[in-house]
Amino acid sequence: MSLELKNLYDDFRDGETIKAYSKIIAEDAKKLKNPINIMEVCGGHTHTIMKYGLPQLMPDNVNFIHGPGCPVCIMPKERIDHAYVLAMQPDVILVTLGDMIKVPGSNGSLQDARAKGADVRFVYSPMECLKIAAENPEKKVIFFAIGFETTTPMTAVLVEQVIKQKIPNIFFHINHVTVPEVMVELIDSRDVHVDSYNNRIDAFLGPSHVSVISGSKIYDKFPQDYGRPVVVSGFEPVDAMQGISMIVKQFIEDRCELEIQYKRVVNHEGNLNAQKLIDTYFEKMDLFRWRGLGNVPDSGLKLKEEFASLDAEVIYKDILPIAEIEDHKLCICGDILRGMAKPPECTIFGTACKPTTPIGSCMVSSEGACAAYYKYGNLI
Amino acid sequence: MTKTVTIAHGNGGEENNELIKKIFYKHFENDILAKSEDAAVIEDGKLAFTTDSFTVSPLFFPGGDIGKLAVCGTCNDLAMMGAKPKYMTCSVIIEEGFSTRELEKIVRSMKVELEINGAMVVSGDTKVVPRGSVDKLFINTTGIGVIEQKGISASALAEGMSILVSRDVGTHGATIFAAREGIELESSLKTDCASLYPQVKALMDANINIVALRDATRGGVSAVLNEWAKSSDVCVEIEEETIPVQEEVKGICEMLGFEAVDLANEGTFVLAVLKEDEAKALDVLQKTHVTSAIIGKVTGLHKSKVLLNSSWGTKRFLDLPTGELLPRIC
Repeated sequence: MSLELKNLYDDFRDGETIKAYSKIIAEDAKKLKNPINIMEVCGGHTHTIMKYGLPQLMPDNVNFIHGPGCPVCIMPKERIDHAYVLAMQPDVILVTLGDMIKVPGSNGSLQDARAKGADVRFVYSPMECLKIAAENPEKKVIFFAIGFETTTPMTAVLVEQVIKQKIPNIFFHINHVTVPEVMVELIDSRDVHVDSYNNRIDAFLGPSHVSVISGSKIYDKFPQDYGRPVVVSGFEPVDAMQGISMIVKQFIEDRCELEIQYKRVVNHEGNLNAQKLIDTYFEKMDLFRWRGLGNVPDSGLKLKEEFASLDAEVIYKDILPIAEIEDHKLCICGDILRGMAKPPECTIFGTACKPTTPIGSCMVSSEGACAAYYKYGNLI
Repeated sequence: MTKTVTIAHGNGGEENNELIKKIFYKHFENDILAKSEDAAVIEDGKLAFTTDSFTVSPLFFPGGDIGKLAVCGTCNDLAMMGAKPKYMTCSVIIEEGFSTRELEKIVRSMKVELEINGAMVVSGDTKVVPRGSVDKLFINTTGIGVIEQKGISASALAEGMSILVSRDVGTHGATIFAAREGIELESSLKTDCASLYPQVKALMDANINIVALRDATRGGVSAVLNEWAKSSDVCVEIEEETIPVQEEVKGICEMLGFEAVDLANEGTFVLAVLKEDEAKALDVLQKTHVTSAIIGKVTGLHKSKVLLNSSWGTKRFLDLPTGELLPRIC
């Protein structure tokens, strides 16, 4: 029997199983001493949680905080401006992934650039750049790479192929970011309004696909050094419910551990080949500026210096804007990402700031918390 | 409104509505247009009148081509007003260098579809433009039909009524995505592209009082339901599990991060009937497609909104699709 795609999700969306977990969580939660706030780090989880209405199944003392794990949302405006400026070069084809194309920078989005005549393409796999470059030898193909640990190996494979095949017209603008560093930042972050460390995160739901690449080892330090349990969980509603249940159990049993819910794929070490590939071509940037959060140490990747000839940020440095662009004054995405506010508490949520005219980072991609609240409603 | 028109303005969703309202309705304003139905009802409710342009790429796809689509699309808009398609015009804009053989193939498939509808093309126009001015071939068709059942309207829904779909949803959109360059999916999916008048006639022949009827083209079933909820100021509650979706469509949605209810259809309609007609309507629909189903009802819970109820007791909004349909990143 061949494996069908439906086998991979059908059971993990089963209504009866979801209801059963909801009962277990409700029962266990009665034994909680204090309410707990669980941060789902990844936008994919936010999407699952809102799409399947999971907050409606939670008891009052189990609360979600929506994390910063949406690669499109966290892109600061100045980097989107980079993409726009590169796309507007007459001899450039700018290639990127998915909804990056919708995000507005200070001059507009890549969609707007395309309406003005720029050649902007979105692809499903970075490897499609090879074909685009071969078909357009007179053009420079720039891959505007985005994403967390999940998409980084695909970019690394493309870099490897460009070098091996000596392809002269593919270049890279790297915006890859990493999960654990921003989690540390969120725990340590100082609230500028009251000048204290007052984040409300009690536990983390870790994204399974990141750990497919990096292993669960990247979270070792959170239970050990920061006293925050982590459960690495899959993205289907049954996975998420089981992950949440595992977190609640840790609290009532007074444990603080790293656990894997998504055992069908994730292990402690991760994909060592992919990790090696990433280490071959990329190195940490000292600081990467996250939209809504500011500069986060060691959270971004860049091409190593020996590959500077492929680096669009180096080649085009004279035309790329460098000034940092702040978010709109009324936007509270920073607070939302730190778990200090929920989207509906923002004065411009759903009025000035909507998916069609996003102002803040959490509204720009369907994986952002504000976009998910807007789209699916909050019907508790 | 943005300064330039983007692809998102043609998506059949929110941006599309904005463009139409803020530019076209503003200047063309009249009572008939303001009704914003699939086809305009004219001459004291006797005739239905509509137009549509077809720009699909690729021109040929599994289960159909641009020609079949151009006849089905316009005839279906007429059928959705309870009208029998009668007369059509056909305008084509052809890019220099286009193959005459392919052109004939397209026109031949238009002919087949005209026969199914019992309609004929009575006027037309041909323009050839320099290479690069259009993408191979665009077709516009306009149609007139004679209304056989009056009063079908997006604003006629009331609490207690039932909502049905005529078959499994999202196949056209999924087929086109799978056929597009750069995705390289192998699939045996075929578009649902079909003329709907025969099914509408069967419903009328069975004496079913059709309250509202709309083919779920761009924007999919979501767009139709949202439009109805707004026009009738009611809540449409859908039981998510009952929406029929082929496994292969589900798979494509899964991979690309789409929802089948947002995908375009070219031969699938949504129907609202009185609760007492529900079983009889389903019976008629199932004679053509066994996948047709009752998917929900009209209530007063969240007016002007579409609610999706999950089998585990949660509710969420089903919003209008916005933006270009783009795959999620991770």
